[in-house]
Amino acid sequence: METWRDLVLAPGGARGDVSPPPVARVLNSLFAMLVLIGVVWISLTTLHLDWGGVWNFRVELFDGWLMTVGITAEALVLSTVVGFILALGQRSYVLPVRYLARFFVEVVRCIPLLALIYLFWYGFEGAFGIGNEYRIQSGILILTLFEGAYISEIFRAGIESVGKTQIESARAIGFTRTQTYRYVIIPQAFRQVLPPLVGQLVSLIKDSSLLSVIAIAEFTQSAQQASSINYDNLETYFALAVGYLVLTVPISLWSRWLERRFKYET
Amino acid sequence: MKLSLQDVVKRFGTHTVIDRVSLEFDGVHCLALIGPSGGGKSTLLRIVAGLEYPTSGAVVLNDKAIEYHDEALLRHRRSIGTVFQAFNLFPHMTALKNITLPLEKVHGRTPDEARDLAEGTLRRFQLLDHAHKRPAELSGGQRQRVAIARAIAIKPQVVLLDEPTSALDPEMTAEVLELIEELKREGRDLLLVTHEMGFARRLADRVALLANGRIEEIGPPEQIFGAPESAVTKGFLSRVLRY
Repeated sequence: METWRDLVLAPGGARGDVSPPPVARVLNSLFAMLVLIGVVWISLTTLHLDWGGVWNFRVELFDGWLMTVGITAEALVLSTVVGFILALGQRSYVLPVRYLARFFVEVVRCIPLLALIYLFWYGFEGAFGIGNEYRIQSGILILTLFEGAYISEIFRAGIESVGKTQIESARAIGFTRTQTYRYVIIPQAFRQVLPPLVGQLVSLIKDSSLLSVIAIAEFTQSAQQASSINYDNLETYFALAVGYLVLTVPISLWSRWLERRFKYET
Repeated sequence: MKLSLQDVVKRFGTHTVIDRVSLEFDGVHCLALIGPSGGGKSTLLRIVAGLEYPTSGAVVLNDKAIEYHDEALLRHRRSIGTVFQAFNLFPHMTALKNITLPLEKVHGRTPDEARDLAEGTLRRFQLLDHAHKRPAELSGGQRQRVAIARAIAIKPQVVLLDEPTSALDPEMTAEVLELIEELKREGRDLLLVTHEMGFARRLADRVALLANGRIEEIGPPEQIFGAPESAVTKGFLSRVLRY
């Protein structure tokens, strides 16, 4: 009885502090193997998968994958900048700045990305007559604004996690406000912020798939096109999932690792 | 140290924390503020430190009136050393860096000068072995001693200590109090908020008892602890000295 309880209920505190009992480890690896064998067996016997159709579109799919990597990389840099500005804006003493930043963040976080993409895309088109030639840039901009709103909340939480006494110490030493941010708040907030920020990168990669609806030739769009021609829907979307996993799993693991590493003392 | 307070009032909303406090003295090296919690000791210290604006009244420290606006206060805070109850040090830097950073960035020392000064101070306090440790690797007492080292490395005109031992166990309290006593012997001017009555009695030249935002009694320690006049002082001392 005791063993069963040990297997189901992890001890309190953060997981990873205590290593799981050996029985659990054996069961876990057994379970993983069974799942793997099961998946392979089902796909070989019942689904009759045929990878030829996917193989024929390997170049298009790879180009789409690269486009996704490129769009995400640019959007990541830009949305970090936007997020930082919005986080500072939300803490500004100047009321119009603060309310504008809050308003923007709240509105963006409360609208589905798909709706935002359409809204911005037709908005840009109507307002500035932006058409095909700026399709990708528009996509990056939309993604930047959307993720920037989330990232600003991550930054805000990070800044607010720095203790009041730390800021008091900085004042007592005679740091100016800029110096306080530079030497005290930002370095400490950075440790708090880095794991969730890296985690947000995973969301960014996944969210970029929605840009396919405005005909940006990224990974999901190229998979849609491939499957509409080869009719190997399952195989193509399976390849699509694997293509995303290749990007997101390492980043997700990296985020976990950072979380453990920066879990420290104040 | 020469300090003069004239009708200092501090209100938070409708709550009056400091209620028309006036005092004046010259040639005092160590002033201890004692009294019940919530009596206004820390707030008074923070007003002298330039961390808090008084609602009204004037403060003159060493013949210089403290101007309560941002820029002047920044200069003022740079001329004094302040040590709080806990969490003074920046946890993401070593002890040494905690001391050199303000020397470099606030007081315009070169990195070499700052390091020499910081190491000199740490050596004097027998903390040099811990120079490259982060606060989390130090004991509470060592942390407070490093915080005091940081406060005096800038050669402040006065050191303000706000309950520097309240968060420490008795053994660590002793090591920090010894250090403060050493500062006194060096002839530094100290303003100390403390609950350590024995220490206040031994160290201070002047003791002021604050209760309900007012100075109930001020005088040399022999008077305050030996022959208190005010009923509030008597009551407070009989309560805290009973055990």
